[in-house]
Amino acid sequence: MHILHGSAQRISVVPPVVPIAAPESAEADIEALFLIRGFERLLLDLFSRGVLNGTTHTCLGQEYIPVALSPLFEAPDFIFSNHRGHGHYLARFGDVEGLLLEIMGRAGGVCNGVGGSQHLFRDGFLSTGVLGESVPAAAGMAWSLKRRGGRGIAVAYTGDGGWGEGSVYETLNMASLWRLPLLVVVENNAMAQSSHAEQYRAGTIEDRAHAFGVRALRIGGCDLAEIRNLVGPEIAAMRERPRPLVIEFATQRLGPHSKGDDPRSPELVAELWRRDWEAPLRERHPALCERTAARVGARLEELRATALQKPLSEWTDAR
Amino acid sequence: MHAERIVENLNRAHHELFGRDPAVCLIGEDLLDPYGGAFKVSRDLSTRFPERVLSAPISECAFTGMACGMALAGEKPIVEIMFGDFIGYAFDPLWNLAAKSVSMYGRRVPVHLLVRCTVGGNRGFGATHSQSPQKHFLGIPDLELFEVNPFHDNVELLGELIDRGNPVLLFENKTLYSRHRIQDDDLDDLFSWRFIGPRQEFAQIYIEEPESPDAVIIAPGSVVFPALEAARRAFLDHEMETVILTPAQLHPFPLAPILDDLARAKRILVIEEGIAGGSWAESVATAIYSHLWGRLENPVICLHSKTSIIPCARHLEERVLLQSGHVFEALIGESVRA
Repeated sequence: MHILHGSAQRISVVPPVVPIAAPESAEADIEALFLIRGFERLLLDLFSRGVLNGTTHTCLGQEYIPVALSPLFEAPDFIFSNHRGHGHYLARFGDVEGLLLEIMGRAGGVCNGVGGSQHLFRDGFLSTGVLGESVPAAAGMAWSLKRRGGRGIAVAYTGDGGWGEGSVYETLNMASLWRLPLLVVVENNAMAQSSHAEQYRAGTIEDRAHAFGVRALRIGGCDLAEIRNLVGPEIAAMRERPRPLVIEFATQRLGPHSKGDDPRSPELVAELWRRDWEAPLRERHPALCERTAARVGARLEELRATALQKPLSEWTDAR
Repeated sequence: MHAERIVENLNRAHHELFGRDPAVCLIGEDLLDPYGGAFKVSRDLSTRFPERVLSAPISECAFTGMACGMALAGEKPIVEIMFGDFIGYAFDPLWNLAAKSVSMYGRRVPVHLLVRCTVGGNRGFGATHSQSPQKHFLGIPDLELFEVNPFHDNVELLGELIDRGNPVLLFENKTLYSRHRIQDDDLDDLFSWRFIGPRQEFAQIYIEEPESPDAVIIAPGSVVFPALEAARRAFLDHEMETVILTPAQLHPFPLAPILDDLARAKRILVIEEGIAGGSWAESVATAIYSHLWGRLENPVICLHSKTSIIPCARHLEERVLLQSGHVFEALIGESVRA
């Protein structure tokens, strides 16, 4: 585990394989990781069977980021998520049932089937599908949290692709000027839909944050304990002395952008899988992983079986 | 003694709102005293409420997006867009975030957000500081459009708008700021006026009790003045009786309170300073047709400014923007201006 400095990484340099799961919370961490991964796989499977409508953006490969961060968030904190948000939601609520029913348009969905995969809102969590849009909204939330005098922070998850939007920079400027407790988490998978970082980004995200006087950390690797050790004190400091912070994770997207649109070579994708967290995790905690994977798998299979039995969701708001 | 000026009325509306509701805040450009906003609507506000007036950088997109986040936090933000021509930068947060948040999450989410937007020409500011962008915001679910006029009291109006729970765009024609509010029942030696509608949706301006007027002009905001001038001339020259209806709310347009007036009119004009093509006036005309088809004596006439950029020089600007002469000609049926 290390913080990376210097110039931008190339796509072929992906997070090193390192041990993961924090010893003191290994069981909960592993459960969350398998739950998110299992959920995303279930979604892709349901799509391939024609059971699901619309589209989805899975976070395969990136699950560890919200799992690492979630325990660092407190009750008044407000999370803004993006199009690739299932992991963010599940790391916070563990609610695979509400999320799957939402995506299936069935009764019991978090937002009555109206929001779908990209538009979720409940208890201090909101996602929306336009990139760059949630960063200023999170800054507004941060302004209110600061003004109300608590320790709350606003968190905006973005991809590196979202940093193409001017709204992000306008917001960094204001958040820095007004010392807003705004945490921008950048899941930098070096891919924006089908485009490679080298095609769309000059310079580095870190330097862009620094240009506004905003502190930025760049983190590689997926050791949950080490991520928390690095990030925890930073977030605690934001609560005591409000200011914005950017945390960039050098990560990898294992799946396609949405369902079947992955222009990357099979060799590259295979290389990314070799650097994934799951195999070393299973090696390090074989029994616990097996037990947890079985339990999570059973929960998801039951959900698969029961979800289709639920009635279609009701929505009375259309006027 | 004159009634207060409209800019003073708007300023007082802010002071009263801030005074009674600690959730109300203001974000926009150049708001701090002693400047107090480009048109002085926020004068003395930052002195009285320094914590709640955010004088932002020139970043319409992000500060409007921030206001959406504030509203989601339970605050009641007011956004000031200095020139309506700049609201293009704020289109995404208004269209995709503020308006959609009300219903996109499967249940009603109150969004207390008021965006005030200075619009209009006749000040010689040229093509990028004079436009009327209202039509670009028509028909967005849960986004409501209002316009300041000389009749409705902005102290009441702003209080109502910030509490609606739907995001609201309030257009303010910049030629109105220095005008005085119209409060006396008699507007002048010829015209009287009163509010009509269960919620005082319209100011109705008339010469005598309107039994069956020769014409009705629906005229929001500042175009009530060219309407008045044209109506006076039509009465003096041709003994035509015209009723002018000035709505506070542009969209969704409250047609019910004026259907009777419209049904009795021999001629209906809908006028605006904006330009034709998916315009507000056209949408109102369509609504009138769908309610009164078969009862109309004449086609509804929509009057706009010319489909043109707005030039700077006064004589050229007058050539483009809607003038009382155009309204007069349409009233007496001499010509119909597209």
